[in-house]
Amino acid sequence: MEVLLNIVIYLPLFGAILLLFLRRSEWARWTSLIVTTATFLLSLPLLLQFDIDAITAQYMTVSEPLLGDWDVKYMVGLDGLSMLLFMLTTFMAPIVVLSAWRSVTKHVAGFYSMLLILQTGSLGVFAALDLFMFYIFFELTQIPMFFLIGVWGGEDRIYATVKFFIYTLVGWLLMLVALIYVGFAAGNMINDGVFTTDWRLLTDSAFQLGLVEQTWLFLTFGFAFCIKVPIFPFHSWLPLAHTEAPTAGSVVLAAIALKMGTYAVLRYLIPLFPNAAIAFAPTFGVLAVIGIIYGALVAMVQKDVKKLVAYSSISHLGFVVLGMFAFNTLGAQGAIIQMVNHGLSTGALFIIVGMLYERRHTRMIADFGGIAKKMPIFTVMFMIATLASIGLPGLNGFVGEFLILVGSFNSEILGSWWYAVLGAVGVILAAAYMLWMFQRVMFGPVTHKENNNLKDINTREIGLLIPIMIFIVWIGIRPTDFTKYSEVQVTYMLQDTQDRAAAISQNVSAEELPRWAVHLYDVTSPLAVLTDQETKEQ
Amino acid sequence: MESVNELVTILPAIIIGFAGLLVMMLDAYIENVRLVFRTTTLFTLGALGIAINDMFGHSGEAFYGLITYGGTAAFGAVLVLIGTLVTVILSRDYLEKTGSHIAEVYSMILFGTFGMLILVSANNLVTLFLGIETMSICLYVLAGLVKNEKKGVEAALKYFLLGAFSTGFLLYGMALLYGASGSTFLTDIATLDDKGMIYWAGVALLLVGFFFKISAVPFHMWTPDVYQGAPTTITAYMATASKSAAFVAFIFVLSRALPEARAEWGDVIWLFSILTMVIGNVLALVQDNVKRMLAYSSIAHAGYILIGLAAGTDAAYSAVLFYLFAYTLMNLGAFGIVAYYEWHKGLDFTEVKNYAGLGFKQPVMGVLMSIFLFSMVGIPPFAGFIGKYRVFAAAVDEGLISLVVVGVLASAASVYYYLRVLINLYMHESDPGITLIRPGVLYSATLIILAALTIYFGVKPGDLTNLLGSFKGISY
Repeated sequence: MEVLLNIVIYLPLFGAILLLFLRRSEWARWTSLIVTTATFLLSLPLLLQFDIDAITAQYMTVSEPLLGDWDVKYMVGLDGLSMLLFMLTTFMAPIVVLSAWRSVTKHVAGFYSMLLILQTGSLGVFAALDLFMFYIFFELTQIPMFFLIGVWGGEDRIYATVKFFIYTLVGWLLMLVALIYVGFAAGNMINDGVFTTDWRLLTDSAFQLGLVEQTWLFLTFGFAFCIKVPIFPFHSWLPLAHTEAPTAGSVVLAAIALKMGTYAVLRYLIPLFPNAAIAFAPTFGVLAVIGIIYGALVAMVQKDVKKLVAYSSISHLGFVVLGMFAFNTLGAQGAIIQMVNHGLSTGALFIIVGMLYERRHTRMIADFGGIAKKMPIFTVMFMIATLASIGLPGLNGFVGEFLILVGSFNSEILGSWWYAVLGAVGVILAAAYMLWMFQRVMFGPVTHKENNNLKDINTREIGLLIPIMIFIVWIGIRPTDFTKYSEVQVTYMLQDTQDRAAAISQNVSAEELPRWAVHLYDVTSPLAVLTDQETKEQ
Repeated sequence: MESVNELVTILPAIIIGFAGLLVMMLDAYIENVRLVFRTTTLFTLGALGIAINDMFGHSGEAFYGLITYGGTAAFGAVLVLIGTLVTVILSRDYLEKTGSHIAEVYSMILFGTFGMLILVSANNLVTLFLGIETMSICLYVLAGLVKNEKKGVEAALKYFLLGAFSTGFLLYGMALLYGASGSTFLTDIATLDDKGMIYWAGVALLLVGFFFKISAVPFHMWTPDVYQGAPTTITAYMATASKSAAFVAFIFVLSRALPEARAEWGDVIWLFSILTMVIGNVLALVQDNVKRMLAYSSIAHAGYILIGLAAGTDAAYSAVLFYLFAYTLMNLGAFGIVAYYEWHKGLDFTEVKNYAGLGFKQPVMGVLMSIFLFSMVGIPPFAGFIGKYRVFAAAVDEGLISLVVVGVLASAASVYYYLRVLINLYMHESDPGITLIRPGVLYSATLIILAALTIYFGVKPGDLTNLLGSFKGISY
């Protein structure tokens, strides 16, 4: 199985190299479809053999140290946190390939090789268990994304892609400094002075970072991840990148690339810096709620369908972050399933918008209207994706949002039910902007006569939407089929994080800390406690 | 027989020096440029093989301590010889296509390389000076190689005047150091107890001389003009081989003559590192000419390397050596591609907007350029990333976090000007009037090997970093 995991990760890269030698566009399309489908099929045994009760990573490959004297290893494996996202990535890839079948006509081989490299990078991100490997795989996804938006994108593509690339890179380069610092700190503390980025060691209870260090490192890592997620106020690259990217690019961005940020929060940000994560949980909660409402409000006034979906992404990702910082199983489980949901429903919406654009070469809401009668099958698909995105009970969106809201409502660490209440407002707003958009695009009289000649979607287009629809309904009806994969691991991880936080704060005394840290972490000085008791006794 | 055995320690330099003389004679009597090219390539290849072998051999001092061999010195020789070999191979096609293929180029390159090889093994201020001067004089000539090109002449003159000026500083610094310590051996200077004014002034002037050679801000003024004016393959030679040689010599001076460098000079290097990174990157942002942009980028890279020198530990020096290796690979590659595009429209075809849409016309060249540029940005999985990572890590370990933060922010800014080239290559429509011819097998094979090495050492740097790590304590 270890070998199979590596095959799954590198098969797309191999396909990309193969594409370099293909001259004909049609061959390039078929090759990438075969490669991505094979990747998906090969990844199925990983899911079926997965031991859901284990709290350690499975199918581990651990190499010799790569960087000479440093303990930086090639280390991949899957655990409860990554399993579903890994599967989502392999599942979406053939769909993405199909969605670009006819819409991409120039430099086809180049386009598909970029998609395939991106897939290897994303699979690596989810499977990496060494912080350094995670960084490398992450950057590997940036290069193809840069070209996907920049070469095959819309009119403003160059500005969009440069902004996307530089914005992300600034955060991640700063994170690199923090990563090096963590590596040396962990090395000095628990690895005989040898630099290490092994995830198992970084989350070991013997590795105790000081509170001041944790704060800075948490903020640096958090900054990088906030940009990638993106969390308000670092979101401005996202609508631009989404709008300018070609359909397949938007789908990859929504379904896979954005998950890397939220996944990184759950995998690294929270467990690595437990005290800081708990102390800053309300801050992140507030930012998440702002993102939920802000994204929804801005989505409401969009004239462009694709931009509307892009802003709705910001809103949905706000939910994910809120769920993670609720620090309980329900919230985190909701966050994971919401990541999958967002990948499915937003991915589907981008595909659907792309289908409209291919037919009419416009995405403006005002240019449509009344096309429900012309395209009945399309309407059904669009309706399901829209309702899933809103969070209608019985479809997948509801499960994630409900778990997150319940989780944050009961969260001791967030400490207030206002987060859940305001988050719920976001759900209502989602219904408003999505349904309003749907009504204006699909119903009413036909106002533009070009819309009279619209053809309904063809077999390929139906075929690529059907699998997504199946999962949208399946997750909605039987969510436990999916949440069971992450439950044990998430519960363990959150408990362990809080235990380690408690252990660390026991070992610090207020005298050694600067005043802001004492305030932030609510460290009571043993001396102060003593004087308090003395006063009482007196 | 002592001295004969010692000759073996500088065998690469002897081979290159002999090849230089031979090539000159061949040109005078046979006048066959192709033959000269082949001879040069073969001798350089031989010298490179020996230098690579020397890296794994033992190290020590020879010629009464005037030179040092093995370890870092051997690695420096490898860097210089890689730079030379690639330059020679790329120069043939480039100079033929631009109509200035003359045999003197090769003898000048060989003599310059001879100087560099002496420079990377200098253990004494006199050897150091001989190396630097031999190298520089050949570079002055090479910069002005294309005689009818106005910019080339300007570049050569500028380089010569400023170079002579900086040599003055260097020599004056050496003289003062000799006055203070009574010796020109690097290690003797380190043992000096009574560090008076003369010593400090001497070291300061010596550093100025080095800062000029590695084009650190504010001694960088010559770099963009010279890099732009010189024939592109010669620019590649200057940017890689001569810079690596200067840096290796700088490491020897810092670690042998000024071992307390971290305490005494750390702050000075710290300051120059920040200046170099920030100003180099900012000025690169506004360049419209790719060669000038690469010149400023090489200034910025000197800044990143100075981070390692500011840290001044064994780990930092080995990181710097790795960085120089990555830097050599990717710069040779990038200049090679610039030179290739220049074939088609003459020497001024280096504006960034000239490149519009060329990426898809010769896909292999476009992909190679992307690899070299992304490696310069410092993105994994390319060697440039590992270089940067190791230098930054060594500095973080020494507590120079603010310096590293400036470094990463500077390299984030640098993304823009590297991407600009790629944006033009891939994301703008091409001028229909341009058809690119396929480069020769040797030319493209050289570039592909460079790219393959860039990826290989980005994915699997372990063996090299182990080797470089093993140099410590012996050679520094």
